[in-house]
Amino acid sequence: MSLLRRYLRSPAAVGGLVLLLLVVGMAFSAGWVFPRDPLSLAGRPLQWPGASPRFWLGTDNTGRDIAAQVFHGARVSLLIGIVATAISIGIGIVVGALAGFYGGWVDTVLMRVAEAFQTLPNFILLLVLVAVFGSDIQTVTVAIGIVSWPPSARLTRAEFLSLRSREFVQACRVLGMRDARIIFREILPNALPPVIVYASVIMATAILLESALAFLNLSDPNVASWGNLIGAGKNVLRVQWYVSAIPGVAILLTVLAVSLVGQGLNDALNPRLRSR
Amino acid sequence: MSLLSIEGLTVALPKGGDRPDALRDVTLELGPNEILCVVGESGSGKSMTAGAVMGLLPEGVRATAGRVMFEGRDLLALSEPELRRLRGRRIGMVFQEPMTALNPLRSIGSQIGEMFRVHTRLSAAERDARVLALLDQVRIPDPAAAARAFPHELSGGQRQRAMIAMALALDPVLLICDEPTTALDVTTQAQILQLIRDLQRRTGTAVLFITHDFGVVADIADRVAVMRQGEVVEQGPAAQVLNRPAHPYTRALVAAVPPLAPPATRPLSAEAVLSVENLSKTYRKAGFLGRNARVTHAVRDVSLSLPRGGTLGIVGESGSGKSTLARCLVRLLDPDAGRVSIDGQDRLALSKPDLRRDARRIQMVFQDPYASLNPRRRVGELVAQGPMVHGTPRAEAMAQARELFGLVGLDAASLDRFPHEFSGGQRQRIGLARALAMKPEVLVADEPVSALDVSVQAQVLRLLAELREQLGLSMVFITHDLRVAAQLCDRIAVMRNGSVVEEGAAAEIFANPRHDYTRALFAAVPGRGWVPPVAYGTETA
Repeated sequence: MSLLRRYLRSPAAVGGLVLLLLVVGMAFSAGWVFPRDPLSLAGRPLQWPGASPRFWLGTDNTGRDIAAQVFHGARVSLLIGIVATAISIGIGIVVGALAGFYGGWVDTVLMRVAEAFQTLPNFILLLVLVAVFGSDIQTVTVAIGIVSWPPSARLTRAEFLSLRSREFVQACRVLGMRDARIIFREILPNALPPVIVYASVIMATAILLESALAFLNLSDPNVASWGNLIGAGKNVLRVQWYVSAIPGVAILLTVLAVSLVGQGLNDALNPRLRSR
Repeated sequence: MSLLSIEGLTVALPKGGDRPDALRDVTLELGPNEILCVVGESGSGKSMTAGAVMGLLPEGVRATAGRVMFEGRDLLALSEPELRRLRGRRIGMVFQEPMTALNPLRSIGSQIGEMFRVHTRLSAAERDARVLALLDQVRIPDPAAAARAFPHELSGGQRQRAMIAMALALDPVLLICDEPTTALDVTTQAQILQLIRDLQRRTGTAVLFITHDFGVVADIADRVAVMRQGEVVEQGPAAQVLNRPAHPYTRALVAAVPPLAPPATRPLSAEAVLSVENLSKTYRKAGFLGRNARVTHAVRDVSLSLPRGGTLGIVGESGSGKSTLARCLVRLLDPDAGRVSIDGQDRLALSKPDLRRDARRIQMVFQDPYASLNPRRRVGELVAQGPMVHGTPRAEAMAQARELFGLVGLDAASLDRFPHEFSGGQRQRIGLARALAMKPEVLVADEPVSALDVSVQAQVLRLLAELREQLGLSMVFITHDLRVAAQLCDRIAVMRNGSVVEEGAAAEIFANPRHDYTRALFAAVPGRGWVPPVAYGTETA
């Protein structure tokens, strides 16, 4: 309750939340507002926004409705963002928790693996995964999750390192609890807040990574994602710049919304840091 | 003519605090060549008083009424630059924790020398000479080496000596000491108190000494002011306040100081419930290619036994290995060698799963009431958790937790609150209930009262004594405080550097300590010569 109140006190956080709800609203209403397949031919190609009352955001270079693609793209982008973030945080939490709790050789092995992932630029790694396993939307999402887990593992590990020596953890061990229960039910809830805040960063990057892939024509061409639309527009960028610019603005606003919500959560969870 | 006089000082806390004013109408007088002890429990505003004098109040906190007159000027009306000229030069300050009060990246000598650099025009050579003289004055062995050393290279007591040297560098007329010995061991505390007393006598400095410990007050004070919740409830000459306390709160505080007399001897069973044989635990720190490798013998060759229904006190200073020993007993740590058996069962031979199944035989109560309870669980669940892990159905475990709450003196209605809603003493009761829920044969209590205020400490000690009778508990009680040990222990083992130097019946050790170290410990107990005029535990606030 007080968490919600603290969150609502910051105008930027509220703005982010409203923006995010708008994007979510777009994603949910896409089926009603634009019932037709957004990738089907809708009219004359390259109509400017407002030029035709039927296409208020215009059409792209193959005559598809941009507004429909933006609405349906919200679905794809959010889905990719959420699923990839869940995968990344899931792997990160398990790896980080085990490394932080057990220390010793478990820690050494897991952290070297994390470093192996981190030394490669994650976009390059993503390209390799997509090149090897194909570029349908499921593979792309899983691949994005896989390349972005190391930071959340490090964060979880750092929290565990400081929490595992607390007396309440020792008390649990003295009571005879199993390690798995201590790790996931006693320590993890205490370690979670910074990881949840970090999830917003991962979500924003996941959306950007998918768009970047799509821009290079390496994402799934059969879904109406914002990245695909930007990629389609790049051939007519000089004259009909709106084809790329409109989904670009959508990505910008979504990422901004997610970041603002994350920042707002962070401030609400650590009220003392904020008042400084 | 007083040197410092605080007149009607009121300091307001920011809105939303637990009370509107940190200090309310505080009036204190400190004459030259006098030690005034401000004594009180946590939250009494004693440190805030020192902060107000130094102009070092926390953010958002400010004085709303009153004056702080020092050498004829009102400190509250001074500008920041004017205050800066007074701090260090006219008013010195010694803090509680010397490790955090010193800059870890600069040598002791350069930090003391900075006092002269900031406030005087002495040359580098003169400064160095003054630093050495000061370190010699505070009786640091080998002042030249200490001046070159960094804070982490000195012991806690030496660091505090260095802090005192720094505070006295410019011969201030007023020295403010905020709990300067609280973070130190008793023997070191005795030396530091002696040092402050000597220096004060020699230089005639006035000392404002903040403490929570009536023993320390008895050792050092000329005059005493007792504070409670931001108000001074009683002040006067030390002899009067200590021996004829008038205010009920002062009387309650005095009554909460455990007497340094051995407890009545109780008949003890001859059978040992817990026995420890030749237990050793060594920490090894591997250095790079063998360099800087360190071996610490935390516990060496300790043999002890605890009679059924008895209480064995393990007394020692920090680093004596008493906490490591406790953790070896409950097997939070695995000892390198030796035997620990409970009722004849060898605990060290048990595998991890066996140990988990058999966890109920020995349970532990921890020191820190804030860190020892998971902040995200309701307290009822915390207490019921142990039995539930071992297969007791939830409803039964919760019913049991309800009973235990009654037993440790907590309201059973508060079962579904979170730990942060409880005070330190109440949390310690919850920790105790959690351990008792397992119906242990042996209870290991690691400094269970050392983080608590004296009045709360007395209550928890009384509770432990009652429960021991009621449940027939056998207890290993770890403490650094001989006064506390005297309240509960049937037998006492004194530890130093990992070894037990003396072990025996409590009454015998109190009457006739044989080992030199035990004698030194007794000699260092603050307020040893003072007999509290109000009998222990007879009056409460």
